[in-house]
Amino acid sequence: MNPTDNNDWDLVIQPEYSWRQNFDPKKIWRYRDLLVLLVKRDLVAVYKQTILGPLWFFIQPLLTTIMFTVVFGNIAKISTGEVPSTVFYMGGLLLWSYFADVVSKTSEAFITNQNLFSKVYFPRIIVPLSMALSNLIKLGIQSLMFAGFFIYYYCQGGISPNATLLLFPVYVLMTALLGLSFGMIISSMTVKYRDLRFLIGFGIELLKFAAPIIYPLSMAGDGTFKWVVLTNPMSSVIESFKYGCFSKGTFDWSHLGYSLLFLIVILFLAIRSFSKIEKKFIDTV
Amino acid sequence: MTNIVLQAENIAKQYRLGEVGTGTLSHDLNRWWARARGKEDPYLKIGDKNDRTVASESDYVWVLKDINFQVRQGDVLGIIGKNGAGKSTLLKVLSQITAPTTGQIKVKGRIAALLEVGTGMHPELTGRENIYLNGSILGMTRREITRKLDDIIDFSGCAKYVDTPVKRYSSGMMVRLGFAVASFLEPEILIVDEVLAVGDAEFQEKAIGRMQDVSSKEGRTVLFVSHNLLSVRNLCKTGLVLDKGHIAYTGTADEAVDYYRGSIFENIAKTDLTERTEARTNEYFTVKNIWFESDAGESGDHFVSGDKVSVCIAYESQLPELRFLSVGLGLYDFQGAMVSDLWNVSAEGYRASYPSTGVIRCTFPRLPLNEGKYSLSIYVTMKNTVAYALANAASFKVTQGDYFGTGVTPQIGKGRVFLEQVWSFN
Repeated sequence: MNPTDNNDWDLVIQPEYSWRQNFDPKKIWRYRDLLVLLVKRDLVAVYKQTILGPLWFFIQPLLTTIMFTVVFGNIAKISTGEVPSTVFYMGGLLLWSYFADVVSKTSEAFITNQNLFSKVYFPRIIVPLSMALSNLIKLGIQSLMFAGFFIYYYCQGGISPNATLLLFPVYVLMTALLGLSFGMIISSMTVKYRDLRFLIGFGIELLKFAAPIIYPLSMAGDGTFKWVVLTNPMSSVIESFKYGCFSKGTFDWSHLGYSLLFLIVILFLAIRSFSKIEKKFIDTV
Repeated sequence: MTNIVLQAENIAKQYRLGEVGTGTLSHDLNRWWARARGKEDPYLKIGDKNDRTVASESDYVWVLKDINFQVRQGDVLGIIGKNGAGKSTLLKVLSQITAPTTGQIKVKGRIAALLEVGTGMHPELTGRENIYLNGSILGMTRREITRKLDDIIDFSGCAKYVDTPVKRYSSGMMVRLGFAVASFLEPEILIVDEVLAVGDAEFQEKAIGRMQDVSSKEGRTVLFVSHNLLSVRNLCKTGLVLDKGHIAYTGTADEAVDYYRGSIFENIAKTDLTERTEARTNEYFTVKNIWFESDAGESGDHFVSGDKVSVCIAYESQLPELRFLSVGLGLYDFQGAMVSDLWNVSAEGYRASYPSTGVIRCTFPRLPLNEGKYSLSIYVTMKNTVAYALANAASFKVTQGDYFGTGVTPQIGKGRVFLEQVWSFN
């Protein structure tokens, strides 16, 4: 055996790895069971020792929708076009809250799992992935609720879906990856300098109003505000989903294309910065 | 021929001291600027040797430097060293928790690290759910865990509670559950920190037995870090002594332990108690000196079994009088095993008061120790708060003597202490 030949070894621990080595799919696949168990832990542990248990998955978005209906619909009287406001808000919030949850959860990935990460090694990407997946299940449950309301209003007449709704899985995937990318970038930036943490909640809230959730994109007018809204990569996803549901609003391939391009760039940046930080963070966190 | 399964080449690890703040930002920018121009990291050239007792001149410190070693298959390597010698950092580098600053480690086979028992266990989940969670965190697959589930539950001794959330467990049960999972790990190389230091005696025995099985019967490689020199001697085949981030010695486990004990004894001789910065002390009480006196009142550190010897401790306090003074002296042999725990309270009870400054004398009318080197630790408390504590405060040598006055000297190395004994033959 020639000890200088690196090929003889199964593993070489070195100061730095390229991001390709860090995100080796084979390595991640080996930890799939851990991924599943972490997802299960997230889902099961949150609602243990509550009486309503998983029902809270329904109650939370329901309360938000009611709040929105009262505040924006009845008090501020912001027009939702011809679509009933309840189902309009619910539709907008569905993907948005998935995005917001994934961003806020994954952005804290290093800090909340500091203890775990300092004791045992596994590909760190597993943790953000598990967060995206457990929230995906939450999204699934909430989609069922939305479907219920949707069918109710459909039977009442006034809303009609169209074929673009079939793109829903694509929207979900885009939302998941956008949320993950934002979260991963923030998490790697907050490891050493935590200043940014204080801005995250505020930033997400701000971004929420720069997305067509409580208003249709057409309301944004044609001026600067429309461009601000369209710069938000989640806007086209949410607006397109709503168009698919209600056949009202905007469906523009160029808007979706922009979001997709944005996604590819930010995902690449996220993987680079996350892999750069994953080996060092335990010294700086 | 046995193969090398782990090879560390020039491992070094640098840490920055102090808090993260604007100062680190300027260094980061500097570093980035150097890298942008294609130059070397300017902070890698500097850095002190890691001696925690001396205030550092630089902001950077080398916790590990020039670490080179090899481990062969089936070997059990014990890594020993003082607090701060770099043991934990080396473990973290080996287990990929943190990356080395320079150098590389080459590994053959699956490697798993056990730096803590029950890592990642969630208090709200049941014992069974946590076995799966903890096992998969340590790198087992679900199928593997299912196959071993009954054994794990059996080994942990928590069968009755396995469907109860672990937050209802006693801390001992948590540890046992965690260790049970870990001990059914089957990596080719296992890295173990001092996790054996937890749990009750019965469980510790079980744990050590399991570790021995892993290496001897199953032929796997174990890297074991411990303060407990006895368990290093018992478990390990080879040893490695770390001192201030460097490898001070490599050899068989026995040799390494002897070297380590020897270096401690050397240090004791060199340093004055007032310079021992690792001593724990409070503002009212301090120990100034410790020495040994023979029957003639001469101080020295070399005695013969059966001599009259006093341990003298000069102390000073700011209080007008001392009450409830408890002085404990731990007497240890060369291998670090405790020979006896000497305690004024158990030997004579409490006195009404003690002088505020003076010399404490603990006298052995006839020193009942066999030939060898011994060390003493001091542990002083007042009203149950620690006033002074220092391990390895002083050492002395004993040469063989006619303890029983029979003209027959006892055998060297057969036991450490002489017990008063009466024989009869009827």
